[in-house]
Amino acid sequence: MSERKTPLYDEHVRLGAKMVPFGGWLMPVQYTSIIEEHLVVRNNVGVFDISHMGQFIVDGAGARDWLNGMLTNNVDKLDVGMGQYTFLLNDRGGIIDDLIVYRIDEQKYLLVVNAARADEDFAWLQNHLKEGRPPDRPSGGLETAAPCTLVSRSADFGAVAIQGPRTMALFHALFGKDIELPARNHIVDVPFDTTNVSVARTGYTGEDGIEVFFPANDAVKFWSAALERGKPLGIKPCGLGARDTLRLEMCYPLNGSDLSPERNPIEAGLGFFVDLAKPDFVGRDALLKTKEFGPREKLVPFRMKEKGPPPRPHYAVFGNGERIGEVTSGTLSPSLNWGIGMAYVSSAHAKIGVEIDIEIRAQKFPATVEKKPLYRKPAS
Amino acid sequence: MTIPDDLLYTESHEWIKREGDNIRVGITDHAQSELTDVVYVELPKLERQVNAKEPIAVVESVKAASDIYAPVKGTVLEANKALEADPGLINREPYGQGWIFVLKIENPDDLKNLKDAAAYKTHIG
Repeated sequence: MSERKTPLYDEHVRLGAKMVPFGGWLMPVQYTSIIEEHLVVRNNVGVFDISHMGQFIVDGAGARDWLNGMLTNNVDKLDVGMGQYTFLLNDRGGIIDDLIVYRIDEQKYLLVVNAARADEDFAWLQNHLKEGRPPDRPSGGLETAAPCTLVSRSADFGAVAIQGPRTMALFHALFGKDIELPARNHIVDVPFDTTNVSVARTGYTGEDGIEVFFPANDAVKFWSAALERGKPLGIKPCGLGARDTLRLEMCYPLNGSDLSPERNPIEAGLGFFVDLAKPDFVGRDALLKTKEFGPREKLVPFRMKEKGPPPRPHYAVFGNGERIGEVTSGTLSPSLNWGIGMAYVSSAHAKIGVEIDIEIRAQKFPATVEKKPLYRKPAS
Repeated sequence: MTIPDDLLYTESHEWIKREGDNIRVGITDHAQSELTDVVYVELPKLERQVNAKEPIAVVESVKAASDIYAPVKGTVLEANKALEADPGLINREPYGQGWIFVLKIENPDDLKNLKDAAAYKTHIG
């Protein structure tokens, strides 16, 4: 399969990035060093190409009700200009994707989805839209109250994430000192050069940050401006490697590693983003059952007890000598210079402070189940 | 990418420096650059006897763990303890302080199977 290139591909190559296939795209994994790029986001500000992420628009009088039937969180909570983290589930409650839905107008919503799942998400949504109701409910229950349209604009749009404690300074350097930063989880349209760009106060790093969406044709112009005006702030372009270590320190899940169609949001410890009080949505019945009987396994963050080899995905987890689960994400945390990870373990062991062992090359290394997040910013 | 002329190389990106009956082994500049920041090194046990192409050490970057192979048959004489405190030596000085182990070789003729700098350069393209 040949990978797609984002509108910033040539810029990455020019900056000496190491390009790798990711979710069907050729993306920069790092420019100079994952650790350096990680720390620049923790201490100053970094810029990431996130043009690979999928973007759908759902528009129309029935958009709100239809999305409430397709997504786990409650879209009714969104005022115009607000976004929320949410899940797209299959009929068994398994996670097809995790995404952010923004209400960008009275009846218009923007969905930002993972690159690797964008095609699958779109097909799933489109099939349900055509049928007007989910296939698991041949009658009654959830019907589209009024029509809406679903359009993918993934191909026409580029996006970058600007993340780090100096985001606000860069925002003003880019858009002018009189323009206000949107509030957390909000999105606004802001004039930039001769066009408008959408700026959301969101991110995947645990730092203050924005994600900026613009027409693909403006991608190079915006990217170059961010790097140029960010220079006095110590900006660096950052790759997927740093994006992964930053999100793992915060215990933000990565779809395909920590989330999958075989796992539901309750097992993943993300029930907060599921509104079971909604009358209906795809996967609700399965989640109610999980809730009633309790999940067999849960996703937990852990920290190694000793300095040693970093944990990695698929390493076996043991508790009192018995195999109790598997690591789904693991690395050496650049902020802590220590091995950290997340694993699905049997519910009996999924409690803060429980001692577990991670098996690394046939040897067991002790670790402790921790509270989220695994990294906390020192009070400044 | 630096490829010193006075060293031998393997397809799996180890460099080999002949020191009498022994060889000193590390990973190439190309390999360290591909692996990215090295954060952990599992060193071989001293006295361990190994065959050519047997995994003998592990170099871990932020992203992944990679096996390091014995270039020829031999016995482990030394392991670079400095890497335990400072694994980044492999990135900074792959051909110097970033060496990984020393093997006492069984048969010097085995070294003939290794690549010279020009062949290694062709190998990595």
